[in-house]
Amino acid sequence: MNATMFSSLAPILILSLTAIVLMIQASVKRDQSVAWVITAVGFALTLWGASYARDFTQPVTILLQVDHWSLFFTSLITLASLVILVLSRDTFSPEGERKEEYYLLLVLSVLGAVVLIQSSHMVSLLLGMELMGVALYAMIAFPERGQLPLEGAIKYLVLSACASAMLLYGFALIYAATGELSYAGIGAKAAAAFAVNPMLIMAGSAMVLAGIGFKLSLAPFHMWTPDVYQGAPTPVTGFLATVSKGAVFIALSRFYMDGALYQYSGLNTALVVLAVASMLVGNWLALRQENIKRLLAYSSIAHFGYLLVVLIALAHLDAGLISQSITFYLTAYTVTTLTAFAVVSTVAGEDPAKQDISAFEGLFWHRPLEASALTVAMLSLAGIPLTAGFMAKFFVITVGIQSDLWGLLAVLVVGSAVGIYYYLRVIFAMSKSTEGDGQSANHLEKLLVLALLASILVLGSWPQPFIAYVGGL
Amino acid sequence: MVMVNLIVILLIGGLLAILSERISDTMPRKVAMAVVLADLLYLLICLSGMPEITQLQAPVANDPSTWLMHFKADWIPAFGISIELALDGISLLMVLLTLVLGAIAISASWTDIVVRKGFFEANLLWSLAGVLGVFMALDLMLFFLFWEVMLIPMYFMIAIWGHENRGYAAMKFFIFTQASGLLMLISILALVAVNHSGTGIWTFSYFDLLNTEMAERTAHWIMLGFFIAFVVKLPGFPFHTWLPDAHTQAPTAGSVILAGILLKTGAYGLIRFAVPLFPEAALNFSYPAMLLGAAGVVYGAVLAFGQTDFKRLIAYSSVSHMGFVLLGIYAWNELALQGAVMQMVAHGFSTAALFMIAGSLQERLHTRDMREMSGLWQQMPRMGAVAMFFVVASLGLPGLGNFVAEFLVLLGLFQINVWITVVAATGLITGAAYSLLLMQRSFQGEVNKKWANYGLIDFGSREMLTMAVMMIALIVLGIYPQPVLDAAQPVLQSLLELTASPTVDVVEVAQ
Repeated sequence: MNATMFSSLAPILILSLTAIVLMIQASVKRDQSVAWVITAVGFALTLWGASYARDFTQPVTILLQVDHWSLFFTSLITLASLVILVLSRDTFSPEGERKEEYYLLLVLSVLGAVVLIQSSHMVSLLLGMELMGVALYAMIAFPERGQLPLEGAIKYLVLSACASAMLLYGFALIYAATGELSYAGIGAKAAAAFAVNPMLIMAGSAMVLAGIGFKLSLAPFHMWTPDVYQGAPTPVTGFLATVSKGAVFIALSRFYMDGALYQYSGLNTALVVLAVASMLVGNWLALRQENIKRLLAYSSIAHFGYLLVVLIALAHLDAGLISQSITFYLTAYTVTTLTAFAVVSTVAGEDPAKQDISAFEGLFWHRPLEASALTVAMLSLAGIPLTAGFMAKFFVITVGIQSDLWGLLAVLVVGSAVGIYYYLRVIFAMSKSTEGDGQSANHLEKLLVLALLASILVLGSWPQPFIAYVGGL
Repeated sequence: MVMVNLIVILLIGGLLAILSERISDTMPRKVAMAVVLADLLYLLICLSGMPEITQLQAPVANDPSTWLMHFKADWIPAFGISIELALDGISLLMVLLTLVLGAIAISASWTDIVVRKGFFEANLLWSLAGVLGVFMALDLMLFFLFWEVMLIPMYFMIAIWGHENRGYAAMKFFIFTQASGLLMLISILALVAVNHSGTGIWTFSYFDLLNTEMAERTAHWIMLGFFIAFVVKLPGFPFHTWLPDAHTQAPTAGSVILAGILLKTGAYGLIRFAVPLFPEAALNFSYPAMLLGAAGVVYGAVLAFGQTDFKRLIAYSSVSHMGFVLLGIYAWNELALQGAVMQMVAHGFSTAALFMIAGSLQERLHTRDMREMSGLWQQMPRMGAVAMFFVVASLGLPGLGNFVAEFLVLLGLFQINVWITVVAATGLITGAAYSLLLMQRSFQGEVNKKWANYGLIDFGSREMLTMAVMMIALIVLGIYPQPVLDAAQPVLQSLLELTASPTVDVVEVAQ
């Protein structure tokens, strides 16, 4: 370690510091709003840290790789966490309850996500994933009353533990074959090891894939998703859907790229199976959902299926367009999903009955801003032009065509066509005429929804600056 | 810039319509009407500075400087996507049709829409803006964007102001067109990728993509993606099933726009993109396409004959009439293409008028069931006479626009394939049968006592004025179709030259 490495680690250090300050604050004076402000300042400083660290991109020990790509995602998930923080303020401030620990957990979970994004070694991958995951269990179960959060947390805990166990076993097998734990080391030695003992590499990578598949809720490892999405408090669901899944996907892409795993056709086939299953299962099961959070859960399964197509194309294309597509897709997905959860959170709160699609009837007429935002978010998820989701799909299809993945594209078309139905159901419900209350969200939340809505539209209708920026990463 | 302004005026007009609802309840429709008429006037003023359409030189398909208007600006240079709009004779006809029918649709919504008028007129104007974009965009990405986005306001028009089964109809309409749109997106991207691999340049411009060299098999599959998307919109048999539901459930103004304009985007896409981009593949596919067209003519007519719902009958008659367009396009000679273009214009007016009559009946009787109508002529003579005019126009009475269109299509088709012509010609007979049936059941016959004391109001001056516009249009098209033919002729000529060699092959095979 030298001095510049500390500069490279600025985001991680600032987040850790924020966590410590929060702990000290809790021991001195327990106050919810102070904790909120500290967290907000911490995230803002982290954003600054991420831009500061851009001048110090380098590998930090063998564990972490700080480069422009990972710093971009660090900023993205920090921004997403800020959004979650704003949404959390009302959710976790009922009178007389002490909820400061929530903010500590949030900061720790973001810290885990940042480590995960910057990991270049299996140890840091596991550390980041566990730090993020353990904090998330508690966040999901945070509401003291109510069975659904508890059920969700237990399901997530048990299945995550299984996933981690598989991941570890996979690491062990790969280590046995190559004697390496860093991605680059695996990339260098795996080919030789594969020639000696192909089963060890294959089985090991497959176990890793399964472990990560759980976290990304790819079919057939998706069983926990709807229950956890529904049970968790809405801001936490938003966090899980965007920050947690995004970070895990980045880790997977790095592992896949740097470990040069795309050269093994067996693994690619496994990814194809996961992608096809996710696109079909996700879209199909979303059709019959009545609860909007469950609907979004299944929709996210499908979306990560689409995104996998890009990773599969790595075997045919150079990494430039691939990482550009992943960046655009994850950004678009994050912004869109956050918009959807922001609206669900402000409109429905934590009342399960209000989260039914039928409870959104008439929203257009009593809360036009929120309804417009949710409409645009749904259109973006469905991939309609002028929204960010369309440009994201544009990237996926372009990559797919250039790598001749016609079968996957056919499934993508079928999946998207099915998807339009359930996204439209939400819009249709909102456009119905009903009597309703005219209650409105607070100004901060309104501003947030407006900003998210604008970013979906800007990303979709004028993507050139962002594409140019991403291309330069 | 003129073309950009045309679209922007409509988009801003939509916002104004929403805002104007705060001033008064009747304001939105006036604002919307003013906006559309202003748009039309603006276009006509800009055109007056151009050479007479009849003296147009033939625009060279792949040279934008020979077109009437051309506009290009960067949009997403990373992928060679630009905002490229251009206007030639055919797109000009379609743009004029769109704006005129847009004004008619607003007139149709005058009393029909009772709730959320501002938002309705806004959706109407926005969908017109989208359609204008479709007719003018010559960057394939921009075209796709307009193609998809114009559906969203249409979806809202059906879903919010539609009739009893609107949710189902709106959903079906949207899914059919979106799913086929995705196929087109993949085709567009595949075409661009083929061009990129050959030239190393990313471009979505129509002018650059014409003459893209590709293997026959590749061209066939890519062409099929375009074909399906356009035929679903047209709609051609067997992709027509969304149409009867959407047309029947939409509010009157929505039906007018759907039948009058939106269907034409499919035909326009075939003429502009599906055939010229892949001349050989498309013309090798002309027999299946013509068979689908003939099947549509007959099948649509048979189903129309069996309907009891006034609007549904007209909807199925559209399937039949659009079959002629498909036939005309894939016969791909000048006569038949002229007929297809003529049919697009004439059908736009005749169907729009019939849907307006259907809407007026529903507004007065609160039913569309023809079994409950009878002898309405006696109570509403003006409406009856108007209906009679458009019914005979629709069945192809000589002297009116539709006759010219269908006659030209059959004439052109006869040179290509006699048997398909024979089958398609039966559509004229069945057309007469269902059209007259419509008239008999609703306006003639014994007076249904149910309506005797219902206080039915005949067409007023606003309705008569609207109808008169369409009547004059059809009569002019029927007696003096030359201006339309002249506007389309140079474009068709250059398209035929572009695809010249394969056409000869097809003709030879046919004979």
